Amino acid sequence: MNKLNFLKPDKNNLNIYLYTGSILIIISILDVFLSSFFKINATNFLPETLSLFLPLLFGLIGLHLVRIEFSGIKYLDLLNKNINTNNFNGLLTLLIIFMIILAAPPALSWFIFDANISGDTKDACTGTGACWTYIKVWFRRFMYGMYPNELQWRINVSFIILVALAFVGYFAGEKLKKFLTLYYVIIYPIIAYILIYYLISGGAFGLEWVETGAWGGLSLTFIVSFFCLIFCFPIGMLLALGRRSSLPTIKYFSVGFIEFWRGVPLITVLFMSSVMFPMFLPEDFFMDKLVRVIIAISLFEAAYVAEVIRGGLQALPRGQYDAAKSLGMGYWKMHIFVILPQALKLVIPGIANTFLALVKDTPLIFVVGLMEIAGMLGLAKTNPKWLGFAMEGYVFAAIIFWIICYAMSKYSYNLEIKYKTER
Amino acid sequence: MSDPIIKIENMNKWFGDFQVLKDINLSVEKNKKIVVCGPSGSGKSTLIRCVNRLEEHQKGSIIVDGTELNENTKNIEQVRAEVGMVFQQFNLFPHLSILDNCTLAPIWVKKMPKKEAEDLAMKQLEQVQISDQAQKFPGQLSGGQQQRCAIARALCMQPKIMLFDEPTSALDPEMIKEVLDAMVNLAKQGMTMIVVTHEMGFAKEVADEVIFMDEGMIIEKANTKDFFANPKSERTKLFLSQIL
Ligand SMILES: Nc1ncnc2c1ncn2[C@@H]1O[C@H](COP(=O)(O)OP(=O)(O)OP(=O)(O)O)[C@@H](O)[C@H]1O
Ligand SMILES: [Mg+2]
Repeated sequence: MNKLNFLKPDKNNLNIYLYTGSILIIISILDVFLSSFFKINATNFLPETLSLFLPLLFGLIGLHLVRIEFSGIKYLDLLNKNINTNNFNGLLTLLIIFMIILAAPPALSWFIFDANISGDTKDACTGTGACWTYIKVWFRRFMYGMYPNELQWRINVSFIILVALAFVGYFAGEKLKKFLTLYYVIIYPIIAYILIYYLISGGAFGLEWVETGAWGGLSLTFIVSFFCLIFCFPIGMLLALGRRSSLPTIKYFSVGFIEFWRGVPLITVLFMSSVMFPMFLPEDFFMDKLVRVIIAISLFEAAYVAEVIRGGLQALPRGQYDAAKSLGMGYWKMHIFVILPQALKLVIPGIANTFLALVKDTPLIFVVGLMEIAGMLGLAKTNPKWLGFAMEGYVFAAIIFWIICYAMSKYSYNLEIKYKTER
Repeated sequence: MSDPIIKIENMNKWFGDFQVLKDINLSVEKNKKIVVCGPSGSGKSTLIRCVNRLEEHQKGSIIVDGTELNENTKNIEQVRAEVGMVFQQFNLFPHLSILDNCTLAPIWVKKMPKKEAEDLAMKQLEQVQISDQAQKFPGQLSGGQQQRCAIARALCMQPKIMLFDEPTSALDPEMIKEVLDAMVNLAKQGMTMIVVTHEMGFAKEVADEVIFMDEGMIIEKANTKDFFANPKSERTKLFLSQIL
């Protein structure tokens, strides 16, 4: 038997260290757990302020004892390498675990145990938790805005078709692969536009016309984000190239355009698009409010996209331009085949950033009277029959936005990995 | 005597106020191999970059294969397609495979059918002995292999002239030979070449003429034998004594 040195745990007495350590850690977590979930305070002989101190001390000693390098136990090594490299890391790990345990009971009770979901009126909500009845009753409004209930299938059908068409790329054979860019950049948006124009807006083929003012909720969030993303990207790309152009007119036009849009807040842009812009148009010229808003947001975001892409262009070594030119490629061939593929790859994180910001900026369209999901929330919370449930609404919207944005961020991350090249 | 394929007369070039090239006169006949050497900063790179107009000159004239290069040159892409260039830093396109690096320009600039371009590329890669690497990406190759790929890529455009800007000076010593071998091979096939290099062994083996540049001027221009046997200018002698 080797000598035990509790200050320096080592592999020789692995089991002893492991068991004492584990027991200490379990005691420490159990103590916090019991006091948090069942209000049992095993350490109530200590002052209130110190009630976390003892478990923390126990936990730290425990973590110290199990910190044995190359123990040969896979999970222990993994644990030590990731969250228990030294005392400070161990402390942070413990604090985070404690925080989660302490926060869980109130959160769970608000979200689930004390929450209500039955009934159709405010009176159903008696518990101290969330009133999900409110969300249930207003659900269609949050999804479809003021779009008539009996026509909402039209939105669903268009969205299902669009999602299905978006996956065409996965099934395209080798022969069709080269047309994919064309499909996604030009054909797909046109299909989307036609679908939305004829199916959601209606007015032809015996479909009742629904004015865009009635559109709203999450579906409007999607429509606005979708078209803005599709438009702002190519515009931004051209602006980025324009800003680097050697032709003064193009260059200064791009610089002016970018600096103008970056210099004004989105909310004023939206406001102008609906109030000022029509004044400059001919008397009988009519452009839908939604279209104007989409154009305004697209141009606004294009300026940001342009600067992000310009960053990517500048990161490329001059040699790439030299090589492309020396092979006889002209400006467009050089950019399409050599420069942009590399530059765009570099700026995927930046583009994803801009796109996420765009999606999260869509609620601002309320200033022109369009109510996407956050706008509908604002409307619902001031409804006299449903006063006092703002919290539920915002939590609901936050969860939805988080899901959308997290999916986008994950997707961009996958793209990054897919297109990674070694230099 | 045939007409020179490259004819440079009284060419001057400035970067801002700084004159990099002064009164350059040079004519290169078809199938001739010229080696350019000189100290760092003497303007060698700039000179050969002017030949395919990666740099613009301000005074004098450059005529390449019958086309004068100036701001009015409409078909500069056509001229560049006829003049291959190999760079010190290889400058392969990192997002494309070796094969795609070689076929990109033939397909899109020369409008060659894909199949034909690939066959040609494989033939050129064979010549520089990296046809087995065709599906890899530049980042996966050694420096020497990358530079040979760069040579193959330039040759896929079937150029009339090849320019080399210190093709071996970014390479480890053991890789220099494989690149030089590829260049010697090319020279034997009768390519017109201008090579900026300090590899004097290579110069002695293939060059018809050696040019020594300093401070933007051509100090000495002589056929290879004379250049090494009895250089005229003091500066050339000094340079040669340092480098040999
Ligand atoms: N784009 C540029 N702008 C300003 N000055 C430049 C530029 N390119 C080169 N120079 C200057 O021109 C001079 C000649 O450069 P060049 O690259 O032609 O020299 P070189 O003979 O090729 O040298 P090296 O052996 O180091 O490659 C140098 O003094 C350099 O600083
Ligand atoms: Mg140089």
